[in-house]
Amino acid sequence: MEMVGGMRLAQLFTNNQEQLLAEWFAQQHAIASRRGLVGEAELRNQFAQFVSLLMAALGSSERVDFKSPAWQDVRAFLAEMSTQRARQGFTPVETAMFVFSLKQPLFMRLREALGNDAATLADLTLTVSTLFDDLGLFTTEVFQTSREQVIVRQQQELLELSTPVVQLWDGILALPLIGTLDSARTQVVMENLLQKIVETGAAIAIIDITGVPTVDTLVAQHLLKTVAAARLMGADCIISGIRPQIAQTIVHLGVNLSNVTTKATLAAAFVIALQRTGKSVTAGSAQDALRAGRSSDGFDSLQPE
Amino acid sequence: MERIPILRMGKLLLVTIQVDMHDRLALALQDDLTSRIVKDGARGVLIDISSLDVVDSFIGRMIGNTAAMARVLDAETVVVGMQPSVAITLVELGLTLSGVRTALNVEKGMALLATNGTV
Repeated sequence: MEMVGGMRLAQLFTNNQEQLLAEWFAQQHAIASRRGLVGEAELRNQFAQFVSLLMAALGSSERVDFKSPAWQDVRAFLAEMSTQRARQGFTPVETAMFVFSLKQPLFMRLREALGNDAATLADLTLTVSTLFDDLGLFTTEVFQTSREQVIVRQQQELLELSTPVVQLWDGILALPLIGTLDSARTQVVMENLLQKIVETGAAIAIIDITGVPTVDTLVAQHLLKTVAAARLMGADCIISGIRPQIAQTIVHLGVNLSNVTTKATLAAAFVIALQRTGKSVTAGSAQDALRAGRSSDGFDSLQPE
Repeated sequence: MERIPILRMGKLLLVTIQVDMHDRLALALQDDLTSRIVKDGARGVLIDISSLDVVDSFIGRMIGNTAAMARVLDAETVVVGMQPSVAITLVELGLTLSGVRTALNVEKGMALLATNGTV
């Protein structure tokens, strides 16, 4: 059914602007002041802007179509308002109420103006109702989109933050993993690790999973992929930091880690790594250590076997 | 027809792939390498793929197969110098080359063969 009555509605807004503002404001103020985020002046300002844009759009044509170019300004205003409210921590309902708070006052004004003309009243009521539903849904959509953008940005930041590759010793790398491993992260971890292997010429990489909360089949598969890729580059991998619960889970799930060296702690893995690269740690007297510390860069205190 | 050169260093054969690998070239390499292992009585094979930056599943499998063939002829094979992107691609393709030994570069590959007493 065609939605008509744009001109009449624009007229209605012009005649009753003050009253509509007062009633709308009463509802909005309760929400906004509870949050303490939007000032009274700003709220009035937003409403005035909204209504003037709304009137311009309604007045532009008799047919009311929210999708048409005439409503571009209204959409832009609502998008900005929703984005702002999403950032300020409003809920989706509170954001949509910016639009819906106007519905009830508007219906009352409509009834007062057209009390006797039932047919026109029904037509206009339908128009207003549909239009405001569209407006409300639009604010919710924009709200949702801007929240999702925040989430995506945070994910990316997390991805960059959480995959360092550390050089433990000459030829030994450590990869402390923190948080759950998904496909995207595995990709980043793998790329970082392989790049570092090329840069340092490392022969052994220790993957420490102390910070990985759970190991399911998928995470295990991702780990094994990383190990396989490192092996193709000529570097052996040791998986360390396996907690008792995780060891139990791995066995219960039937994950086969028999091709990979596993150790309970990073320290144990480091000892194995030193052995495999032909180095060993020896205990010396404190004075020796002091002298060694003064005269060398630290690598020398390990004796080749 | 273009062929990949196979260099002999004592009991070791050195294969350096420096051109874009295509399927026919890969098969020719397999032929050449197996006959050279037999002819020279080689005990070790070093395949350097550091210039290879694109692999497909065929080339990946061919590398694995070549190594397996060399092993049947009692020559240990080390694949050296794989690029990170190639390693990731092979793993994603499910080709982990589990029977093949690997090293980061030619030097380390030689050292690996030396420690095993192959050459």
